[in-house]
Amino acid sequence: MKSSANRRWFLKSLALAGAPVVCPTVEADETDGHESGATSSGTMGVLMDITQCVGCRKCEYACGQAAGFNVPPIETFDDRAVFENDRRPGPASYTVVNRYAAGESPERFVKVNCLHCNEPACASACLVGALQKTATGAVVYDPWKCMGCRYCMVACPFQIPAYEYDNAFTPQVRKCTMCADRIANGARVPACVEICPKECLIYGRRDELLALAHDRIRQHPDRYVEHIYGEHEAGGASWLYLSDRRFADLGFVAVPAAAPSHLTETLQHAVFKHWAPPACLYGLLGAIMWLSRRPDDEPKTSPAVPTMPPRLKGAVS
Amino acid sequence: MTSHEHAAPVARRLLTPGVLMLLALVGAAMIFAIIRFAFGLSVATNLDQQHPWGIWIAIDVATGVALAAGGFTSAALVYVFNRNRFHSLVRPALLTAMLGYTFVGMGLMADLGRYYNIWHPALPSMWQGNSVLFEVGMCVMCYLTVLYIEFLPLVCERFIGDTGRPRLARLCARIDRVVRRTMFVFILAGVVLSCLHQSSLGHLMVIAPTKMHALWYTPLLGLLFLLSAAAVGFPMIIVESLWSSWSFSRQPEMHLLRELARFIPPLLGVYLAFIIGNMAVRETYGELRTVSPQTVCFGIEVAAGVVLPLVMLLMDRVRRSPRLLLTACLLIVFGVAFNRINVFLVAYQPPFAERAYFPSVGEIVVTTGLMAGLVLVYRVIVTYLPVLTPTSRSVAT
Repeated sequence: MKSSANRRWFLKSLALAGAPVVCPTVEADETDGHESGATSSGTMGVLMDITQCVGCRKCEYACGQAAGFNVPPIETFDDRAVFENDRRPGPASYTVVNRYAAGESPERFVKVNCLHCNEPACASACLVGALQKTATGAVVYDPWKCMGCRYCMVACPFQIPAYEYDNAFTPQVRKCTMCADRIANGARVPACVEICPKECLIYGRRDELLALAHDRIRQHPDRYVEHIYGEHEAGGASWLYLSDRRFADLGFVAVPAAAPSHLTETLQHAVFKHWAPPACLYGLLGAIMWLSRRPDDEPKTSPAVPTMPPRLKGAVS
Repeated sequence: MTSHEHAAPVARRLLTPGVLMLLALVGAAMIFAIIRFAFGLSVATNLDQQHPWGIWIAIDVATGVALAAGGFTSAALVYVFNRNRFHSLVRPALLTAMLGYTFVGMGLMADLGRYYNIWHPALPSMWQGNSVLFEVGMCVMCYLTVLYIEFLPLVCERFIGDTGRPRLARLCARIDRVVRRTMFVFILAGVVLSCLHQSSLGHLMVIAPTKMHALWYTPLLGLLFLLSAAAVGFPMIIVESLWSSWSFSRQPEMHLLRELARFIPPLLGVYLAFIIGNMAVRETYGELRTVSPQTVCFGIEVAAGVVLPLVMLLMDRVRRSPRLLLTACLLIVFGVAFNRINVFLVAYQPPFAERAYFPSVGEIVVTTGLMAGLVLVYRVIVTYLPVLTPTSRSVAT
């Protein structure tokens, strides 16, 4: 293979420069800004332009390689039979590409993976903090903290985290990491973005990706639906989708704009606000206990009270 | 020290045919537990990527916690509101709660993928205060400790004055003195901790609004869980009392149970009012026009598990008859248990599910084995420790 970093860098610039005749070259300068953002505080993300995807599934291959899964040779990914059924990411695949055909309109391909929510329900649900939203935007998993309760799987509105049920001793929750490790070790973009031959995947700062996506919709209102999936869903996500077809027809679940964790965290923190509610309940019950005590009650005087507890007297006096 | 009116060990043979059957159920559960721990959850359960929680969570944990509510409701009644005449019911309820929560822990161990990390929530470095499950875990851990402390006097009582073991007797006397003097702290803590985690258990599913059926989903799920736990506490005590009376061939404590049953309609009524009010506010009653497994389950849960026993217990005739009282209370127990199963399993409709979840043989056998184990240990403990109060005198009065 050629120097893949250079090739990727070239293609990357090309993509943002408007190879798909979408963006003016102005965007290319900003690309540098995007890239350096990965190491600074900017929240990064990926924009998938569904109209550009040809369904080559190279991203599945690269992802499996990067994640250390046992991946078959790259040629096997040309097999289009897998498109017969919709697939889901699983414990041995962080991403899958599904095909959607609708009558005469051209077939569309959707890459499914963790959306890396801005306010991840999985991370809010995890009782030991095994799932964390990092400063770069990736939601990452720490198996050493995990208890394996799988509440993250209940909480995720996109049904992404997968579990290694087959592993008896050290099962893990598995999901896309947006190549957090790779990028920490110097890679510029996630493996799937790097290998994508059509440049339908763009890695960059989320706010700039959003601006780019809005720009494309504005310039081509005839081509795109006016909806960026991931902009608002579940409080917004790092992963964004542009499409020329309704997202409901492409296997996307309808998710309200409010982050699921808002309500639970509000309830939770209200119940424990300054520890006041539990303390008040404790005090109230203590007061009732004190006021309702019957110091005159002696077991022998009342046969209806066969077992006047000696410890009760100790408790209230 | 121990008079006839006091709780006393049950002087009966331990190995009866019933006990042997319980042992068999526990043995079968152990085989499947070994399979689960040796070969993993995929071999033992029907869980999949869409259904991360099965009956080990819905029944062993959620229902187990709800049905152990007799512990905190009886403690509140007798010690906080000082209704001393019910005192003889506290010890069995306390024992049930202690065993119930212990078996909840065991069921959870089977379900957790990394069970050996179950202690992680105790590490401050891993505390995650935003997590509802964190609160449930902490409260349950604390409450289990409180229950063991509350149970200490029963153990001590057994050995105090044991002349054959003077050292142990002295130690027990010392522990007993300290625990009794500080007991009110633990009793209050137990009630507060129970209110907190009983409600949080309902909060758990509030984080999945898009996956929950509208009939059960509500931000008030936690409140409904607390109200139903409060409502099922006394019925559980009545069921246990009648059951153990029957099992040990004793006179049922009807004079007490009848009185206790009078508290149930108000508690159950409040629960029903919140169910109906919640439906009215959220306008979910329209769901009932369609017939689906969900609407049928909801109908059965509310009609048979709440409304029917509520009407029954309003009748004096029902409260006076051991058989009718048992029926009404069993209906309530069923209603709350079914509610937990409904909320965690039936209402949970993940977006990409290809098949519905139904528990595997292994899951069912382990769950029944845990229940059998609980009854078995209860039986052993009441045989050797002063838990149950003989009723011959009480009936006479």
